[in-house]
Amino acid sequence: MARRTSPVSDWATDFDVLDAGYIADPFSIWDELRQSCPIAHSSRRGSNWLPTRYEDITAMAHDIEHFSSVEVAVIPFDGEEPEETLLPYGLPPISVDPPVHTWTRRLLLPWFSHRKVDSYEAMTRDLCTTLIDAFIESGHADAAENYAQQIPVRVIARILGVPGELADTFTGWVRDVLEFADDEERRVGAMEALFTYFIAEVASRREQPSDDLLSELLQTEMDGAPLDDGVVLGAAALVLIAGVDTTWSSIGSSLWHLATHEEDRKRLVAEPELMSTAVEELLRAYAPVTMARLVTSDVDYKGCPMKAGDKLLMNFPAANRDPEVFADADKVILDRQHNRHVAFGSGIHRCAGSNLARMELKVALEEWLKRIPEFRLAEGAELSWAGGQVRGPRVLPVVFP
Amino acid sequence: MKIRVDPDKCQGHARCYALLPELFSVDDYGQSTVVGDGTVPVELEDKAQLAIANCPEYAIEELSP
Repeated sequence: MARRTSPVSDWATDFDVLDAGYIADPFSIWDELRQSCPIAHSSRRGSNWLPTRYEDITAMAHDIEHFSSVEVAVIPFDGEEPEETLLPYGLPPISVDPPVHTWTRRLLLPWFSHRKVDSYEAMTRDLCTTLIDAFIESGHADAAENYAQQIPVRVIARILGVPGELADTFTGWVRDVLEFADDEERRVGAMEALFTYFIAEVASRREQPSDDLLSELLQTEMDGAPLDDGVVLGAAALVLIAGVDTTWSSIGSSLWHLATHEEDRKRLVAEPELMSTAVEELLRAYAPVTMARLVTSDVDYKGCPMKAGDKLLMNFPAANRDPEVFADADKVILDRQHNRHVAFGSGIHRCAGSNLARMELKVALEEWLKRIPEFRLAEGAELSWAGGQVRGPRVLPVVFP
Repeated sequence: MKIRVDPDKCQGHARCYALLPELFSVDDYGQSTVVGDGTVPVELEDKAQLAIANCPEYAIEELSP
């Protein structure tokens, strides 16, 4: 891997979101920064700013004039972008500002409405049951790899109309793009494979339309003309890239929490009616996603001299731990009543798939707890976490009676 | 009690709908509205307060009588 992570001596002026200590426990670092330097800076991987207070992060998310979405990658890629010529708007709507953002977002939103998401619930529940069937007799499982990782990718495959049997291939591409973006070989290879695949899928849908998202995008007209292929490809790739790593990380972190916090696990089993608030609370406490913004012009934000071209890391996970907004912010309270968390972002780029993610997390936890109410980390287990753009467990061995 | 969702602030988080589907309606694009003329039945007032307190965009407002 092309990881360049020399030790961090000062988090306020030299932070590194790929630092092993940060990936393992970002919470104490944010707590300290909120007190000492609420908008940290680093010159690693370009000039980057890292806010940690809820008030700043939500204000920045709404300031689309100064903070553009045309570069959302937390780990910048400085090699040649193979997809640049193919995709006029990157992966819309996540990678664009209004006005393109407005119409491209409207293409996707109906696929993730409440009504649509309700129609995916039964298949999600069946999927969880089948996954659990495969390991329940053995008394142990990797809750990340054998369970969390397997769920969102198959639901997304169904929505896109691509085979669920390719789940591991899709997962590999998404990880290479998001988690190993600074490894040129992995990132470029995955992007090329992903777009080669989707270009072929688009061609076959054109011949034989179905009732899936890809087919519908191809049949959509804008101002009397069909959508540009680059828009269809970019939006389809976004659904895959944004819909897999993120929710899988949330499911994994939630299971990690329940495996390591016996009281909460027992309470959720005894009081299943707490599931709705519990899901919001687990989303708050372990929000997986940090997005980037590009500073469009020199701006002084609360004394921070931001320059055009700087990156701003939208640290939604840290906002969710801000004690100014959340009482006992570092404690998971399964029945927390007041919870304005921003796990799905804030402002016009609110996660378009939030209804789906919430349903998947809820169903995954319900089915797991129904069948495996008692579980804990395996003795001496070596856990592994991903971090940077998306934080969550990648190896999570648990045992159960 | 009477409430409304500010359409310019609502971004479709749908937290209000999850808490109180009897009172809020969400369209296919995520836009939330209060059903009827915004009057909250007395028995739903506590839940309506919760919806106000959970909206990440501060989009739900209580209208003065």
